[in-house]
Amino acid sequence: MRPEQGTLQSRAQAIGAVLELLTDQPVIVCNGFPSREAQKIADRPTHFYMIGSMGVAAAIGLGVALSKPNKTVVVLDGDGNVLMGMGTLATVGALKPKNFIHVVLDNEVYGSTGNQPTLSNVVRLEQVAKAAGYVNVERVLEREDLVYEFKDMLKKDGPNMLLVKVNEFAEDAGRILLDPPEITKRFMKAIE
Amino acid sequence: MIESDAFVQALQDMGVNFFTGVPDSILGGIIAELMERRLYTPAVREDEAVAMAAGAYMAGKIPAVLMQNSGLGTSLNALISLNLIYQQPCVLIVSWRGYQGKDAPEHLVMGQTMPELLDTVKIPRRTLTEKTAVEDLKWVAETFMKQRIPVALLITKGVVKGLHP
Repeated sequence: MRPEQGTLQSRAQAIGAVLELLTDQPVIVCNGFPSREAQKIADRPTHFYMIGSMGVAAAIGLGVALSKPNKTVVVLDGDGNVLMGMGTLATVGALKPKNFIHVVLDNEVYGSTGNQPTLSNVVRLEQVAKAAGYVNVERVLEREDLVYEFKDMLKKDGPNMLLVKVNEFAEDAGRILLDPPEITKRFMKAIE
Repeated sequence: MIESDAFVQALQDMGVNFFTGVPDSILGGIIAELMERRLYTPAVREDEAVAMAAGAYMAGKIPAVLMQNSGLGTSLNALISLNLIYQQPCVLIVSWRGYQGKDAPEHLVMGQTMPELLDTVKIPRRTLTEKTAVEDLKWVAETFMKQRIPVALLITKGVVKGLHP
């Protein structure tokens, strides 16, 4: 049991805090519980919910960010996802899209498959991002810090990474309701 | 042999305006031409490249991904559980290493298996030749946007001019 457990906010609380600060920005949400929880908390057409292809949320967000330089793109990612697609930190860091905010909801486990440990209890992903060339990186535990730093990143040129330590609690959130082609169409129309 | 600049121009004329991928020697001339035209966004893995292409497509671009056929193995999950099921088209420009069993050992299994692999996951494919190039590209243009899925254009050695003629 991690010492900080019990004091941390849940992933859903962190997602709620981020979504409260957004309006019509494109948001890519990684597969597993993050997409299901985001859909439950605030379903918006600007959300792209992933249901598979673990590890590439940031790459999808990067494709959107490079193609829509005037929109701030937010990626809601997990620690397992970032570890799986860690090369993308280098691609983001090298290409340096200013309009890219990478939020990593770090609970140190693969939540969707039974809370098996990842490696983020020892590997500091925000420092990997910093070394890869992200311009601003922050690691937060408290909700107030999350809100403060995320608001700040909305104003700053990125790429930005906000790593949020969260606990292992998963909301009772149902599967993604829309069919994948409908998610694509709805998202495309919403960010046009 | 097809000149790299003519090949890139043909893709641009089709409307393709976002190019990413991971290099292969067979694709060297095409990538050099894309870099010359400042059109190329390099990726570090092929699954990352197809996911970037998916993002670019949803943001209004028409994407192409260049890769060696070994990269089909790396990107298979993204291709089937992202691009295919979400109906996100892209042109896959895939170099056919191990074609007819003539290549280094690491290319032989994928070289032999690739057509069946693509057919199994229902990614339409066509092999580019100099003689049929115009029809090949026309087929790509019609297929990938109509079906809204990835379509593979396979390139064997010597069909498009490489870096070292």
